[in-house]
Amino acid sequence: MSGDHQPLALLLFSAFVAVTLGITTWVSRRRQGSAEEFYAGGRLFSPMENGFAIAGDYMSAASFLGISGLIALFGYDGMLYSVGFLVAWLVVLFLVAELVRNVGRFTLADVVAARMRERPVRIAAGTSSVTVSVLYLVAQMVGAGSLVALLLGGTSGAARTWTVIGVGALMVIHVSLGGMRATTWIQIVKAVLLMAGAIALTVLVLVRFHGNVNELLNTAAEQSGHGREFLAPGLRYGGDWTARIDFISLGLALVLGTAGLPHILSRFYTVPTALAARRSVIWSIGLIGGFYLMTIVLGFGAAALVGTDAVRASNAAGNTAVPLLALDLGGGAGSTGGTVLFAVVAAIAFATILAVVAGITLASSASVAHDLYASLKRAHTERRGEVAVARLAAAGIGAVAIALSLLARNLNVAFLVGLAFAVAASANLPVLLYSLFWRNFTTRGAVWSVYGGLIPAVLLVVVSPVVSGSPESILPGVDFAYFPLQNPGVVSIPLGFLAGWFGTVTSTEPPDEARHAETEVRSLTGAGAV
Amino acid sequence: MEKQEGRAAAAVRLDVPWYEALSPDWGEWGGTDSSAAPAAQGPDSRGATETADIYAEVRRSAAFQEVRGRYRRFVIPASLAFLGWYVAYVVAATAAPELMARPVAGAVNVAMVAGLGQFLSTFLLTWAYARHARLHRDRAALELRWAVFDRRTRGAEGDAR
Repeated sequence: MSGDHQPLALLLFSAFVAVTLGITTWVSRRRQGSAEEFYAGGRLFSPMENGFAIAGDYMSAASFLGISGLIALFGYDGMLYSVGFLVAWLVVLFLVAELVRNVGRFTLADVVAARMRERPVRIAAGTSSVTVSVLYLVAQMVGAGSLVALLLGGTSGAARTWTVIGVGALMVIHVSLGGMRATTWIQIVKAVLLMAGAIALTVLVLVRFHGNVNELLNTAAEQSGHGREFLAPGLRYGGDWTARIDFISLGLALVLGTAGLPHILSRFYTVPTALAARRSVIWSIGLIGGFYLMTIVLGFGAAALVGTDAVRASNAAGNTAVPLLALDLGGGAGSTGGTVLFAVVAAIAFATILAVVAGITLASSASVAHDLYASLKRAHTERRGEVAVARLAAAGIGAVAIALSLLARNLNVAFLVGLAFAVAASANLPVLLYSLFWRNFTTRGAVWSVYGGLIPAVLLVVVSPVVSGSPESILPGVDFAYFPLQNPGVVSIPLGFLAGWFGTVTSTEPPDEARHAETEVRSLTGAGAV
Repeated sequence: MEKQEGRAAAAVRLDVPWYEALSPDWGEWGGTDSSAAPAAQGPDSRGATETADIYAEVRRSAAFQEVRGRYRRFVIPASLAFLGWYVAYVVAATAAPELMARPVAGAVNVAMVAGLGQFLSTFLLTWAYARHARLHRDRAALELRWAVFDRRTRGAEGDAR
């Protein structure tokens, strides 16, 4: 895969960058610099707009390229990701979205701080939010680097490095100048592009098989070289019990992590009411569900039309399955149709990474400025000052993420995303659910539940085979892998819940009844919500 | 499916007259044109206590208990059900691959049906939740919201006098 598609892909990608820069300039031309404007885009987006933006925030390149690629390589086992990523939205819809919209203002920590002593819980929740965001950010930027190497043929280290730096710098500009309003529009544009691209490819695959799904599956099984086994679980996660428990761990992290992702939570504050937040989630479930159904067709389509071996030969992790499929559907290498489709898919994948990076950068800058800085500073400064800090924080986080991404550039992208979900599920979800639903929850319980999930999750990763002890780990030379699983979720998520419970029952100060009454009434009725 | 979703949303929008209604105390924290906010939230500790009393009272009220009960009676069983179904699916895929590989029709096997069943159950539960909230919760919650707002405004006026 080389040659003529590069200029077109670069052209399309530059067009997207130009559009996003245009949006940012247009949005920031009348910016007021208020916190409401910067973190929440004025809170006046419609549910449909926000639903598209949520979908744009959530469907990363890891989903578009990664899941389809896993299906093309391992068949059914790749589908398990799609299911986990979608079912997670029921947790968000039922337990989190509306209540968070009513209780909080800009961040996760707002929800907890509404009924606890503010300083300790803000520092705790702010720290865990920034940790999750940086992990997720690194995953996306590493993905951007590999994508360039794969799609544009620039396999040299320099091309990767400059892509990572370029993507990071571009997003810092978008976020610090345009705030939530620009970020939201970038995500909406990206979601429309991604859906359109996925629909077009899916239709082409189905047309190729005359709408006969059975034939598609049979051909995929045949071309994969695994036969029937390709359509059943076990090709990737079969193996020994460690691998199986690792998969259950990942499954738990996926389904419980989404509701704890700071950049998803902050999206609910961009609509005026809890009812609008609910409608946004319904829109996004429709979009995300439709999208993941299409990734299944694309994955099996790539296996059937391109062939598993050809996919693996192009990229061992399967990340190029969809671009290769596009090339084939357009008429094969060298044809105009193939070149155009390939370039379009490449450009959409870039757009996807840019938009996701923007959302996370914004959410983490809000955590730094609104939670950490506001709690740690001594004197009370104006809110305008806080926004200035947030703009600076966006630049700082961008720099940190660029540096980490350059260090971690050989790590598997899907793994990094799974890790971010595991930390979110362990550190953020327990404290969020306890705050919203448990009457006797106390400040100590809140702080313990955050650190009780965050610290084990991070430590277990450090002593896992990911960091040391195997040829694929970050430090292959040494071996301190005492924990056998790659994903810590199955241990650290229960620990987060347990620590919150234990901190609460051993707490010496009684729970604040009056403020709990206020949060509870506010969460369910919206009375007094911002 | 998107189109259907859109049409459903449009239809619902007509059903719910307060759809566009903003929070009655909109802008209170933002500090724009709200006369009630300073009195209710100011440094005057009497105002703060009264606000707390209002919330405590509303929480004790039968109307609020009903809204909360309806919410919890739906989301708790529904959450347990879908989490149980999801965990069963993941465990079955890892622990019983032979069962999952059993063919159903043509190339479609049990695993395929179960996976698509997860998609289907997610869409159905989303629809059921939205319907339940719209029919059994939204109106009562909005009334409570206005009740709180009324009392806080009245309290603030009393302070001013």
